[in-house]
Formats: sequence, C-alpha cells, structure tokens
Amino acid sequence: MKAKKIIGACAFAAALRALSPVPACAVTDEDLSQIRQSIKKLEMQHAEDAKRIKELEQRVKVAEAKAQTSQASANATPVVADTQTTASSAPIPAAVSVSGQSGAPASAGAFNPAIGVVLMGTYAHFSHDPDNAPVPGFALGDEARSLATQGFSLGESEVSLSANIDQALYGQVVLSFPREGGANVEEGFIQTTSLPWGLTVKGGRFFSGIGYLNEQHQHAWDFLDAPLPYRAMLNNQLGDDGVQVRWTAPTETFLQFGAESLRGASFPATPTHDGAGAQSVFVRAGGDVNESNSWLASLAYYHADATDLVTGIDSFTGATHLGIAGLVWKWAPNGNSVQRSLKLQSEFFFRRQDGTFDTLAYRGDQTGFYGQAIYQFMPRWSVGARYDQLSANDVGADFAGTTLDNLGHTPHRYSTVLMYDTSEFGRFRLQYNYDDSALQADQGVMLNYTVSLGAHGAHQY
Amino acid sequence: MNKLLIGIALLSALFSTTVPAKAAVNIFACEPEWGSLATEIGGDAVSVYVASTGRQDPHQIQARPSLIARARTADLVFCTGAELEVGWMPVVLRQAANGKIQPGSPGYLEAASVVSMKEIPQHLDRAEGDVHAAGNPHIQTDPRNFLPVADALAARLAEIDPAHAALYKARHDAFVVKWRAAIKKWETEAAPLKGMPIAVQHKSWVYLLDWLGLKDLVALEPKPGVPPSSGYLAEVLAKVKASPVKMTIRAAYEDDRPSQWLKQNAGVPAVELPFTVGGSDRAKDLFALFDETIDHLVKGVRQ
Repeated sequence: MKAKKIIGACAFAAALRALSPVPACAVTDEDLSQIRQSIKKLEMQHAEDAKRIKELEQRVKVAEAKAQTSQASANATPVVADTQTTASSAPIPAAVSVSGQSGAPASAGAFNPAIGVVLMGTYAHFSHDPDNAPVPGFALGDEARSLATQGFSLGESEVSLSANIDQALYGQVVLSFPREGGANVEEGFIQTTSLPWGLTVKGGRFFSGIGYLNEQHQHAWDFLDAPLPYRAMLNNQLGDDGVQVRWTAPTETFLQFGAESLRGASFPATPTHDGAGAQSVFVRAGGDVNESNSWLASLAYYHADATDLVTGIDSFTGATHLGIAGLVWKWAPNGNSVQRSLKLQSEFFFRRQDGTFDTLAYRGDQTGFYGQAIYQFMPRWSVGARYDQLSANDVGADFAGTTLDNLGHTPHRYSTVLMYDTSEFGRFRLQYNYDDSALQADQGVMLNYTVSLGAHGAHQY
Repeated sequence: MNKLLIGIALLSALFSTTVPAKAAVNIFACEPEWGSLATEIGGDAVSVYVASTGRQDPHQIQARPSLIARARTADLVFCTGAELEVGWMPVVLRQAANGKIQPGSPGYLEAASVVSMKEIPQHLDRAEGDVHAAGNPHIQTDPRNFLPVADALAARLAEIDPAHAALYKARHDAFVVKWRAAIKKWETEAAPLKGMPIAVQHKSWVYLLDWLGLKDLVALEPKPGVPPSSGYLAEVLAKVKASPVKMTIRAAYEDDRPSQWLKQNAGVPAVELPFTVGGSDRAKDLFALFDETIDHLVKGVRQ
C-alpha cells in the first residue's frame, strides 16, 4: 500500500521529467519525509474515512431496520426501502475518492503560533493586613508594598503566543490579566535565532537577565512569592523595554556574556529624556560536575537613573547601582530526575543608591540574599525550604521616622512549601511563611494551583 | 555602554583561545542510540557528544548549561524528534543561538522524520497522558528503523562535510550490510517469542513488539507517563490472572517497583531491558544493545 503510493509519486515525477531538466526521482531526505508525511496524512484520512463508512453503514442498518419494521407494520412497498439503502450507500465511494485526492496542504491554521495558557489560583491567609507590609529601611515599589490578596484570588494568569517568525527570528508575547481589568503585555519581544558567532539579540519588552529568578516567569518559581531582595530592590521582578545582546562562548564549559540597554520604565528607574534609563551587564557560567551534578553561576551589574521615582508618599532622584551574584546547583541520581532530585539555589544582592530622597541628600547601602532548597522525594512530590533576609545601613538622624529608617530591625523570613504535581502540566502548592520583614511578625499560608493549557514551553535550567 | 562592549570584546578574545580542537563535524546527539549510529557512520571524521544517558528518562532531560555550551559548537544536532525532546531542546537551541543547527537547516536531523511512525493519535487530549502528536517516539527499539535513519544521516553528513562524503558512504554501506545480517540473527534467536503475551511497564516498546511479534496485553501505567495507583494495579492483577503473560518488560531508567510488585503478586518475571545504548554495562554499542535485549527476552520466557 505504502510502496504503491511511493511508486505512484515517482511515476508522477517521472511524467514531469519530460518537462523539467531536474532528475525526477532523485529522492532527497526532504522529499522522502514529505512523501512519508503525505502517506501519514492519507492514512489518517483513510482512518477517518473508515470511521465515516462505519457511521454510514450504521445508518444503513438503522434505515433497513426502520424499513423492515415499517414493512411489517404498514406493509409499505419494498421499493422505498431499496431506494433508501442504495441512496445511503452510494455516496461512500465518492466521499473516499474526494478526500483521497487531497494530499492537501495543511490549513492556514498550521502556521498559527503556539498558544499556551497558565492559570493560577490562590487562597491566602495572612495574620496581618497583607496590603500594609512595610520593610523598615527600604522604599518599596508599588507591587512590593502588598504581599498578596487575602482570601481567594486568581493570581498571575497569563496567555502566551510564540513562534518562529522566519528563518532568522523568533517572537513571543505574554499577556497577563490583572484583577483591576485590562491586560498587561508582560513580555513581547523578537529574538534572533541564527546570527553568526553565537550572538543573540533580543528586542522589545522582556524580563531582564540580571537574576536567575528574574528571567523566569512567576509561575515557574518554586515558591509562590518573590524572595525579599527581589521584593525590596526590584519591585518583585524587573521587566523593561529595551535591547539585550548575548554572546555564548564556544567553550565546553558554558560561558555567556550579556548586556542590556533599557528604557527605564520599571522600578527602580524612571524613563529619561533619551529613553535609555537603565543598563545592565551579566555573565553566566555553568557545567556538569559529573552525571548527577550540574551547576550555573551568574554575576550581574545593573545601573538605573531615576527622576522623581515615587515610592508611596516619598520620591527619589538619583542613581541606583545593583550587583547580583547567584549560584544554582542541581542533583539527581544518574541525572535522572524522575524519582528524586535536589535543587539548591541562592542569590546575593548589593545595592547602592546615591541622590536625593524627598529633599534630603541620601546615600544608602543595602544588601539582601535568599537561599532555598527543593527536594523531590518521590515522583510528583517535593518539599522546599527558604530563608531570605535584607539589611539596610543606618542612614542617620535626618531620616528618622521615614521609610528609610531601618529601626534597628533586620527584615527576614522563613518559608516552607509542599508541592504535588498531577502531571507535567498541573501543580498544587501549599506554602507557609513566617515573615519577620515588617516590625510585627506575620504568619501566612497560601494554597495554590498552577496549571498550563495548550502549548507548554520548554523549561529553562 | 561603550566600555562595556569593549570589556565583552576583550573577554571574548580571552576565551576564544580555549576553543577545543576541531574535528571535521561536531555532532550533538540527543540520545545515546543516535550517538552510536553517528559514530558508526562518521568514524574519525566526526566528534560525537551525547546529551543524555541510558539511565535517564529521555522525556525529562533538563536544558543544562553544559548542553547549551555543546550545542553552541555543534555542526549537526541529531535527535529522535516526534516531540520526545520538546521539554528541553527548544531552550537549548534558542540559548545556543547556533544558526547551523536550527530546525529546518542542514544541521538539524530528526530520526523520526524518516521512520514510519506508530500510534499516531486520532485526537489529542492531555487527559490521555503523555501522548505525542507525531506518534510514539521510541523508534529505537526496532533495529529495522535504523536503516532509513542511517541513510538519512549519511546523506546529511555528506551534505555538511562534502570532503568526507566518500568515507561516509563507505562506512554507511558497511554498517548496513553488518546491520542487516545482525537483524537476521536476532530474528532467528527471537523466533520462539512470536505471539507471546507480555506486560509492559510504559508504552515505549511498540516498535520492539511489532518487530518480534510479541503481544502486550497490559501496561502497568494506566496512561502513558501516569504512575499506577493501587486500584489500577489491582485491575492489572485481575487481567493477568485471567489471561497470563510471560513477563513484564521495563526500561533501565524506569522505577522497578511496579514490575517487581507484579512479580511478587502474580509470579510474572520482571525483565529489565537496556532500552538504549548505555542502558546496561554490556550495551556499549548498537549491536550489543540488541544482543542483550534479545538475550534477556529469551531468558525471560524460559523463567
């Protein structure tokens, strides 16, 4: 059957030979796979046709049965029943030959981008008001002033569309739907796929590459909330409009350098007159220690200029310098993470701000870090623990009583999480926080589902 | 900004001196069986890096930094395809930013594209478990599938590296002769297995079963990739008691508990097969892989 079809295709090609100088049946791989694909299509159509025939046969049977009963009861003329059966069986061969002809090019829908939907729903309970959660010593951005929504909420649900644009470009857009209504373009960028020398250029809106967690979407994080340094220094996560250039070295150990020029539309920057209010550079290295252990280390520097950056009731004008160092270590027996695996991850932040806070000259040095471990103890089940901490320098008597007054407090937090995956596409999480970042310790419990529908992008390391 | 760019340029100059010595063609093989095939066809003219091992679940490889680094310098990516690597290869390919190996270019070859695929689903629904739109991707369990793949690989190597085209052709022809003879031998050895009813742990053996004429009466997973519940295992037990099976086969990377459970409760021998090159100490190349697979099956039946 298959052989016949290939021979048919060759015969057709041979007929064309007369018209074209190209040897007709010099079957290349592409040809062969194309032929095989059309065979597959035909076979699938054939299966559909077989199904249709069955349905039709069923209808014939039903019709026959009806005819018989009507014959028996009302003694109708047999001619009616005959025409009925021939009428229902006649179209079958016609249907087969019609759809059999089309080795048809797929519909226009085949070029649609991959569509993925991520749904997150959370029930959260905090012992204190989560909308009033200051961190002494830190002027927080708008997103970071609130912990989460108390009670039930549909969290960061998003829709992503992605596809190769052509042989040189890849494009992706991620829309998220906030509670207040409307839609946010969380990410929307194009990226080169085939520049020479290991170069990649990305342009549009994207999550900056300065931090390991920063580049991941929130639904891919192990914990439901951002670690304290991300919350205090990056307003949870840094996304901005701009251009990113990356270069991967041709070495056996993974080595990548990157630089970004950003509009500065996001905390802690404000857009400047030239529309380039922030820049960053980063370098990453990684590799395998052996079959079971692998690692990724990163170092980044980010600079932002701000004019009247509003943080609640205050405003800041000046420069922000932020350095981030990170290390991720993964272990799985023989590198097979199906049964058991361990992921250790830590990032250290150092930030210096120079400028004016409200009307006062201000220079602040702040640090923060988090360390976390996620252990998968059997397929689908994981537990995790995290500790995060911030510290702000003493900015002096001039700032007493402002948000920058650290009040002698070291903000810190302990978190644990239990995860259960229904499959690769569905996850339930229960997280507990003992949060001593404000002056009054808060206890929070969050129960969450995170599921992905449709196209599911591959995971980053 | 300029200073940064200069800094990057300097650093890149520094690291470019550490580029590994270049063989003619760098091949990045996603799975060990394709790495072995590439060595058979390419010989010394190629340098092969294998991204996963026989003890790893090929569905669950992570896009590790080392893979990105290797893909960066590859001239040819040689994978199964049929969405087997969908969870990690797209990230590796995008991060590596190597124009030579992007899908559609000569440096990208999917074995599944030249093999006639089985179990192509009539409709796609993730409620059916881990199904692949292009069909069951575990094509390497039937040795006959290596013949079209070897043809495609030899042609592709000749295209990428025309200087060694004659070598690739010669090695390909020699491999095909040896391989055909080996298939005959395995088929003779496995003749008693024909029609034998068995159980499988995961539906990854459809090509092997088809080749040897084995019949899988029951799978220990209710749906592909979904681990069995105790209720489902009770169903399996009832089925096995009603129509006995000769053995349960599973891949080396899989958890042995479900098949051991069936062994204890129904006396069905549990047979571990290498599944791919490196799946056991003996399965060091493609020939040894099938030698051992047939060995274990024949012995399993005698148990």
